[in-house]
Amino acid sequence: MMTFYWVSLLVISFAFSGLLYRLVKGPTVADRVVALDALGVALVSIVALLSLIIGTEFFLEIILLLSILSFIGTTAFAKFIERGEIFDRNNNR
Amino acid sequence: MRNSLREERFSIETTIVNILIIILISVGVIFSAVTALGLVRLPDVYTRTHAASKSSTLGVMCILGGTFIHFWLLEDHFNPQLVIAIAFLFITSPVAGHLIGRASYMSGIPLAEETVRDDMKIAIEKKKGEQK
Repeated sequence: MMTFYWVSLLVISFAFSGLLYRLVKGPTVADRVVALDALGVALVSIVALLSLIIGTEFFLEIILLLSILSFIGTTAFAKFIERGEIFDRNNNR
Repeated sequence: MRNSLREERFSIETTIVNILIIILISVGVIFSAVTALGLVRLPDVYTRTHAASKSSTLGVMCILGGTFIHFWLLEDHFNPQLVIAIAFLFITSPVAGHLIGRASYMSGIPLAEETVRDDMKIAIEKKKGEQK
């Protein structure tokens, strides 16, 4: 069982390196943002597998936190790409 | 005798739960690998968004489901935060993919050369015609 967890962690780490390649290489900003979003999701699965391997449940609180932070970051980047600013100060629209 | 029977049943239950966990985590790992493959190989921002939102969501949901079942049935620790995390990822990850796709189209990132049709362009021209 432990061997299976280690093999899964290894495969996810290879996937992580592929996403890092896209993060560094990506021709446009949107490519990098997509890679960052997928990196957050892959990091969530790495934390889940690590908590299975180590055998503690204290890592599981990080999972919810990481998914929320990844979504907020992706939303802010999408708004920045679309309009060029994150916070609208003009409330009359 | 009774004690050995109980132990036997317990080990059978553990085996069934382990098989369930192995199936869930294998599916999740395969989908995560497919996500990375799609992000490296696909030619376009929009197709990469497609790969990153759908398969990555299913993969991480399967892995978190396996983790939840492991901690619930094998270690008697029911963790509601994992259920909330699964529901949150199921809701927000496609929304994030849609937001990135829309933002990149609005900022004028070109489509791939192999693109056959572009419905968004027709819709935007129609809306501009209505505004005039």
